[in-house]
Amino acid sequence: MTPVPLRVAIVGAGPSAFYAAEQLLHHDGLDVRIDMFDRLPTPYGLVRHGVAPDHQKIKPVAKAFAQVAADPRFRFFGYVEYGKDLLIEDLRRFYHQVLFATGAQSDKRMGIPGEDLIGSHPATSFVAWYNGHPDYCDQKFDLSQERVVIVGVGNVAIDVARILCLSPEELRATDMADYAIEALSRSHVRDVFLLGRRGPAQAAFTNPEIKELSELADCDVIVEPSEMVLDEISKQAVADAHDRALERKVELLQSFAAREPVGRLRRLYLRFLVSPVELEDDGNGHVAGMRLVRNRLVRSETGTISAEPTGVTEELRTGLVFRSVGYRGAELPGVPFQERWGVVLNAHGRVLDPETQQPIPGEYVTGWIKRGPSGVIGTNKPDSAETVQLMLEDAAAGRTFQPDADAGDPEHRLVRDRQPKCVSFGDWCRLDAMELERGREESRPRVKFTSVDKMLKALEK
Amino acid sequence: MKMESVLASKGPSVVTIGETRLLREAVGVLVEHNIGALVVLDAGRVPLGILSERDIIRTASVKPDFLYLTVAEVMTRDVVCASPGDDVDAVLRTMTLRHFRHMPITENGELIGIVSIGDLVKAQLDAYRGDIHTLQTQLMES
Repeated sequence: MTPVPLRVAIVGAGPSAFYAAEQLLHHDGLDVRIDMFDRLPTPYGLVRHGVAPDHQKIKPVAKAFAQVAADPRFRFFGYVEYGKDLLIEDLRRFYHQVLFATGAQSDKRMGIPGEDLIGSHPATSFVAWYNGHPDYCDQKFDLSQERVVIVGVGNVAIDVARILCLSPEELRATDMADYAIEALSRSHVRDVFLLGRRGPAQAAFTNPEIKELSELADCDVIVEPSEMVLDEISKQAVADAHDRALERKVELLQSFAAREPVGRLRRLYLRFLVSPVELEDDGNGHVAGMRLVRNRLVRSETGTISAEPTGVTEELRTGLVFRSVGYRGAELPGVPFQERWGVVLNAHGRVLDPETQQPIPGEYVTGWIKRGPSGVIGTNKPDSAETVQLMLEDAAAGRTFQPDADAGDPEHRLVRDRQPKCVSFGDWCRLDAMELERGREESRPRVKFTSVDKMLKALEK
Repeated sequence: MKMESVLASKGPSVVTIGETRLLREAVGVLVEHNIGALVVLDAGRVPLGILSERDIIRTASVKPDFLYLTVAEVMTRDVVCASPGDDVDAVLRTMTLRHFRHMPITENGELIGIVSIGDLVKAQLDAYRGDIHTLQTQLMES
């Protein structure tokens, strides 16, 4: 028998959290109350701090999330941190179920010598910095360097490369943090290298992303013609795939080889079949260069085409390196973690007891902290639907936390006691309106608050 | 999408069986866990083969006393294993072309998981649904 009302706490306020809330609120006949917590005063997670600031057409998904938040059965408590202000024991006293949707907050390492030299950064730090994430607004990136290397060819790597190559006019049309627009407008970066370990046919980027690179106002895209020639394995894979988009991607990349640079301010080099093996020290602990190994492609018995080092190396001079080779979730206090995959230990969204491998009643997970970092924003919708389905089955079977009958309203008995300055969704709407207004004054989509103190001050908290 | 994305939310346990066990016991394990295949391991947890429903049915059709055969006599040997870093698309294609319904996942030779073709179809379907949802959201706003 499902508890009435079913009280659910959601930790995290990104897309997977909102999709789960939406599915719970829209479930026919379910009497549910949802409290969503986030350590930042602002909701929407990577929509605010991850999506590239020049990709405004992706951001309106937040409008759908705001509609979810408008439901009277939903409350948002921003600036309330799980693990500091709230622990699992607290949530067990007030809620029947808790859903963790905290994302993948840390980066994978390349595992090569010199990775920790000054000037070598996770790409995620740079993304969070230019997007105005309060935890990263004081980070420093040496944009006086002329040559930058980005390791990886996934979405984040492409975003970082494009942002580094935007003109001041293009930068000013975004909702990027003010300090980042200023720093990037003064940047001395001239040559940006994107490194892919496999070939052009295996590159993760999409055709619109490639086309977008070719349309940058201040940047020539340059490829090494020899790296654009498909080997026999890739030719066969492209032929077998019967995928017009893949064929078009290869054609687009190969078309760059036929173009002559027209002398734009910056050059973006797309490199394939290379992997970094070492970052070189300038003698003062700074990155001075990168040693690369050239790869060849091999096909495994399962059909996967992977890169294998040839032993042939080359040197690439650079003073600034961004690695974008994957992400991991961060361990949450009191919640079992699966180190191998960097996710909460779970089966299809049910958190598992590490001893018994059986579900822990009442604890669930969704999004990147459940499956690892994969897919686009919308991929979180079916992922959350899977978890919500199990939450509903378990609630109907009585497999929930057993909250204290006299616990009362957690807002007054728990949350405001632990964090008196917590931010409601109404507060966020005021911040949102202020940011949009500041944006209108500067003909920009919005001008973000980039520090928690400034947000709280604006809200007079 | 990599195989590790599929494995990450499947839980860490893999149901296995030793090669000297009887098929009768193997059938009991399949029913108990509501699964379609068992990975057959040696003492060092290295896969020796895979025992699937299809192996059992194929044997049952020619040997009426099949329940008293050992797992080693019925299992499929020379099993193809995937790695966590393998592409889901590639593995799915290989499973389809070679009529595999299950594929063990190994890392450094050690068994760390198993996926069914259903797991991979669901992962791919969810990826497509996610792409469609994202595109629809953008189109509605443009």
